[in-house]
Amino acid sequence: MTGTFMGMPAFPEAAREAVGDGALRANLRRATHTIRDKRARAVAELADWDRLRAAGKAVKDHTLRHLDRYLLRLEESVTAAGGTVHWAADADEANRIVTGLVLATGHREVVKVKSMATQEIGLNEALEAAGIAAYETDLAELIVQLGHDRPSHILVPAIHRNRAEIRDIFEAEMGSWGLPAPDGLGDDPRELAEAARLHLREKFLRAKVGVCGANFMVAETGTMVVFESEGNGRMCLTLPETLISVVGIEKVVPTFRDLEIFLQTLPRSSTAERMNPYTTMWTGLGPSRGADGDGPSAFHLVLLDNGRTDTLADAVGRQALRCIRCSACLNVCPVYERAGGHAYGSVYPGPIGAILSPQLRGTGSEIDASLPYASTLCGACYEVCPVAIDIPEVLVHLRERVAQGGPVTREGIRVRIRPAHGHTAERAAMRAARLLLDHPGALRAGERLLARARRLRPRRLPGPGRAWTDTRDLPEPPPQPFRDWWARERGGRA
Amino acid sequence: MRAALFVTCVNDALYPRTGIAVVRLLERLGVDVDFPAAQSCCGQPQYNTGYRRESEPLLRRTAEAFAGYPYVVTPSGSCAAMVRAHYPRIARLAEQEGRGSGLAALTGDLVPRVHELTEFLVDVLGVTDVGAYFPHTVTYHPSCHGLRGLGLGDRPRRLLAAVKGLDLVELPGAEECCGFGGTFAVKNPDVSAAMGTDKIDSAVGTGADVLCGADNSCLAHLGGILRRRGEAMRALHLAEILASTEEEPLR
Repeated sequence: MTGTFMGMPAFPEAAREAVGDGALRANLRRATHTIRDKRARAVAELADWDRLRAAGKAVKDHTLRHLDRYLLRLEESVTAAGGTVHWAADADEANRIVTGLVLATGHREVVKVKSMATQEIGLNEALEAAGIAAYETDLAELIVQLGHDRPSHILVPAIHRNRAEIRDIFEAEMGSWGLPAPDGLGDDPRELAEAARLHLREKFLRAKVGVCGANFMVAETGTMVVFESEGNGRMCLTLPETLISVVGIEKVVPTFRDLEIFLQTLPRSSTAERMNPYTTMWTGLGPSRGADGDGPSAFHLVLLDNGRTDTLADAVGRQALRCIRCSACLNVCPVYERAGGHAYGSVYPGPIGAILSPQLRGTGSEIDASLPYASTLCGACYEVCPVAIDIPEVLVHLRERVAQGGPVTREGIRVRIRPAHGHTAERAAMRAARLLLDHPGALRAGERLLARARRLRPRRLPGPGRAWTDTRDLPEPPPQPFRDWWARERGGRA
Repeated sequence: MRAALFVTCVNDALYPRTGIAVVRLLERLGVDVDFPAAQSCCGQPQYNTGYRRESEPLLRRTAEAFAGYPYVVTPSGSCAAMVRAHYPRIARLAEQEGRGSGLAALTGDLVPRVHELTEFLVDVLGVTDVGAYFPHTVTYHPSCHGLRGLGLGDRPRRLLAAVKGLDLVELPGAEECCGFGGTFAVKNPDVSAAMGTDKIDSAVGTGADVLCGADNSCLAHLGGILRRRGEAMRALHLAEILASTEEEPLR
């Protein structure tokens, strides 16, 4: 994934900083609680939510099982409709393809509609290196880009910013990117939105190349679908002469009719709306496009793998590929709420990021090895997921990979990986605990020792135990374990 | 009716009062309680931390210790959820990987007989008023494994609401995790403490004297924060409240 996140500290250290930032925690708490309550109401309106959820899961699972077939079908349909399909195995290849396509147009500016896939591959940085300026046009992405910041949420990338911070960013940065912020800009949301609208309008009317992602790709028709709220995406998709879509291969669905499920579940899960304000669909160039100047005259689809087929090879972990990027799991996650999106060190934060990133990138880095542990396994994410991804199950599965190593698929090859660094002491402790617990005689002796030493109970523990006693008292050991009470009081009967 | 008590390792070593309360409560309701001494831990700490193979001997031990009992009752939603939700998967994988012969059959036999305490009271014994007396204001924290893992629903609240003298007050944000999460509390101490502190703020804000739960692991974390902060509120297991009567009140 993008180099921006390289060298990130592991999750616990990154989270510590966020936990200590009162303003950030307040921003996150307000935003996540508002949207989670609204989502619950929007979902409760549908009597058949459980069936929609099951249907979405079934469509995605079926497509993933036959992904090769549906991708070839998609390529045929897109090509027949006048588009060009490119296949990218990894981030470098995808960036090379897109950069080449932009350079070939002779233009050095692109407008972008918010896209997770292009963030995942670090496309903006790659374009910049080739002398191409990429302008984000989603309001929140614009805030992140102008603020020289990183997104911290899938749907609301600037969730960590409040409106006073946004005003300051607009005032300081808009001028160096294009139309400056109006004089005396206040922090009223309407004023901020108007400043962004004027700034972006200039970009839309000038740009000849648009870059986007897609929420869905329909194999049977070659139709690409983008869901959005602001209309900036539609400007990006319809005004430029050349349109380049970079889309993860897991976004394909078999038929146009399958969209009926996701048109209901995605908006309700993500923005808590019955329907998102803008749904843009386009199929290649079509007979009416190009000729009369309406819409792009060239369309390129870059199909991105970047670890997805390796993920598909894992029978438990592959369910993460069902994800439709609604971000309901982020908004309901108590860990995300405290740690913030940046702590996950990936464009995919929150519970879904904790299972997706270590699969797409592997568990080799410190941050990726720490992500499967960035959860209490409380299950709230699974409960809200509109495609029923059992995130806790995948987390435990990935913990096993981190703690004990085992077989994984990397670049199509089955390999056996070693446990991640730093788990030797833990592994020894787990074995010792298991041995003790598997020998009730020894367990009983240990419990009695604990009871006898109860007056020595320390207020602070050394080593890993310190993390517990920093904020919590230890439980007081009882005078005798339960099994001794039983032996004395009821033993005769047992 | 005969039932075996699965006291769990945390209750055995640190919270024997909870086990004693379950015995008193069930005996009062006419259940013939037994405690198979061969039991120990359900294997959840190992499994959840990524040491699935290390949990396998404990699955076998647990299943063997409770073989033959028609009902196995445990005062821990988390350990009940471990058995019900994860034993089948662990046993299946162990056999697929050439270990643990017979483990699937052994654990498969155990799974339907394991009941979390409130499930046993409400579903099996068919009681909500257990004849308890506890003159205090109580707020209830439904631990995640009970709430989402087992789907305990309003069983614990119905049991508490029927206790004589008890004033039950709603805990705001009750369904949110307390931040314990097994080894999460040690691996991610800052987030864990932040979650626990928010939970305690909500609980103390209700004005209740007692924070009640049905999982002593969560209560060890929450009770530890209460004590460190010097709060007057006590953290108590549901079983202790249900065991308390006018004749033998909880001290």
